[in-house]
Amino acid sequence: MSAVEACGLTRFFGVYAALRNVSFRVPPGQCVALLGRNGAGKTTLLRLVAGIHSPSEGTLAVFGGDPAKPATRKAIGFLGHGSGLYDELSAEENLMLAAKVYELPDPAAATRRWLERVELDRLARSRPGEFSRGMRQRLALARVLLAQPKLLLLDEPLTALDDRASRMVRDLLEEAHAAGTTLLMSTHHLSEGMEIATHILLLDRGRVAYSGERTAAMLANPAGVYELSGDAA
Amino acid sequence: MNVWSGALLIARKDLRMELRSKDALNAAVAFSLAMLLLFSFAFDPDSDQAREIAGGLLWLVFTFAGTLLLNRSFARELPNDCLESLLASPIPAVSLLFGKAAANWALLLIVEFLCLPVFGIFYNISWTRQIRMLAVVLLLASWGIAVVGTVFGALTVNLRLREVMLPVLVYPILIPSLLAAILLSAHLIGGQPMNEDLEAWLRLLVGFDIIFSLLTAALADKVLVG
Amino acid sequence: MRSKLILAALLLAALVLARNLYEIFMVLPDDAEQGAVYRILFFHVPALWAGMLAFFTGCMAGIAYLVKKDLTQDHLSVASIEVGLMFSIVGTVMGMVWARPVWGIWWTWDARLTSMFICILLYFGYLVLRRAVPETHQRARMSAIFSVFAFADIPIVWYSIRWWRTQHPQPIVGEPGAIDPAMKNVLYTNLIPMLCIAAALIVIRMHQEEISLQVERLRRKVNAHA
Repeated sequence: MSAVEACGLTRFFGVYAALRNVSFRVPPGQCVALLGRNGAGKTTLLRLVAGIHSPSEGTLAVFGGDPAKPATRKAIGFLGHGSGLYDELSAEENLMLAAKVYELPDPAAATRRWLERVELDRLARSRPGEFSRGMRQRLALARVLLAQPKLLLLDEPLTALDDRASRMVRDLLEEAHAAGTTLLMSTHHLSEGMEIATHILLLDRGRVAYSGERTAAMLANPAGVYELSGDAA
Repeated sequence: MNVWSGALLIARKDLRMELRSKDALNAAVAFSLAMLLLFSFAFDPDSDQAREIAGGLLWLVFTFAGTLLLNRSFARELPNDCLESLLASPIPAVSLLFGKAAANWALLLIVEFLCLPVFGIFYNISWTRQIRMLAVVLLLASWGIAVVGTVFGALTVNLRLREVMLPVLVYPILIPSLLAAILLSAHLIGGQPMNEDLEAWLRLLVGFDIIFSLLTAALADKVLVG
Repeated sequence: MRSKLILAALLLAALVLARNLYEIFMVLPDDAEQGAVYRILFFHVPALWAGMLAFFTGCMAGIAYLVKKDLTQDHLSVASIEVGLMFSIVGTVMGMVWARPVWGIWWTWDARLTSMFICILLYFGYLVLRRAVPETHQRARMSAIFSVFAFADIPIVWYSIRWWRTQHPQPIVGEPGAIDPAMKNVLYTNLIPMLCIAAALIVIRMHQEEISLQVERLRRKVNAHA
């Protein structure tokens, strides 16, 4: 069964089609970099797969289920532009909430484990509003990863992070991938994104311009990927 | 996830956040007290008159205070795109709406039970003679405000005119339940026991709550997922 | 096709209206108590019925949109509700014109007047909501949900206001013998021109909505190429 199977996805915002007739398939275990310029439809696609929006036309299945159904969403972890963290709650409380939302058997243990994993255990009682951007992103990722989703959806997870934070986030993602999680992440950081990715899904103005393996040639010349859409970088 | 446990989770989270910051609660209480004070100047009532206008006065205050609370309810989810995360989580849309409605209900009841004694003192009224029935009325009418308000709070959360839209949409819908609440409260504060007429109004209140709770449950997905 | 439909509806309206106007002014006698002015009821009552029917259509079309996500349903919904609002306002104003000589006042907080006022308020909120949402599908979804809530509220409003107070002439329709059969005939058949006019207006208004959607599409295209 595919992790994600999209068939003829179209999504209108008003009369504007953010996605047009998008079809693709992600088998389990892949790490797909979702590429494209601003306005290509990356965020919309991720939101559709996460069940936040519903498609105007076409069908979408995540592990065979409809993401509009809560049971399907249990297998999905989603990290959008925002961290999804509440500034009024402490780091610990934020993770506890997520653990309960995903119905983990032992929320407290999972919370503790993940605070340690992202090296924030000493700040458990601090509020994420006081954190640096890098720390927030680590906590946000812990919030998503602690439910051990089978499919991880990430919207620009590496943006605005310094080297160290970026390294850490990438390590966490690679670890999750190695553990069998399917990843679908949009990125502007071509070279970093491609290093993690096994496959590429390139969107151009709402359409799929390229879908396939990430080749060694792409790694050597990341910007060259845009030529696949017939559009010079 | 079970609908009720999901709702409970959301309600507890919202209450914890609000009781920690008290942003909306402070505003609602301060506003209510100011209104009660202003009304006492505007009407300068003796006790008998005060008993007559009590229902209308209190429910005007509670409805406005409720709007302040409701406006915050979904605004709280906007920073850091928290609403998106909730929608992407396995919590059903129904749980999300009912959890938020329950939190708003609890907060509104807090405001009401803080205001009533103040009202009694300001207007020199002993309002506790039918307190049990009065509590039932407060619970029922406040649930109506909370559930309708939560639905439209969710609908309008992304609009530029969010704060303005909520009263325009919600007040007209609430009119029947507010009429019932006004009438019942006035009689009960006056110390009148329940009679057939008042029971009919109580049934209206119950019916209103049931109808709009069911509609909310039926349309929850449409309200939240666009 | 569209213009022929509109023409046919208006023609039918004109025919029935011509016959009824003759009846109303040439055949039927003045009312014993109210004199000539009672004749306004032949328009006032059917107009309000047509308005309610239009609100009902708006609610049904709203539900259809929520199920099918087809913008045509949204167009039908908004057209019906706007036309319904217009008929309600016109009907209410006619009622006021009637009330002035008969009751001696333009406005009173009588049950039916108050209920109509609340209905108008409800659907006025609908128009405000539509103006506040720029995105087509989001607007359609929100207004559909609101139209369902509003329509569900109408019967509750109706009953609650009726309990609250009434000085309106008791319902004359449906009670045998209360009204002259000739008058009843005119009253009922006058619903036909009202519905025809309403339908024609709805079709025209739907067409406008479709055109504005096309304009938006073209504008999008132009912007994309610029």
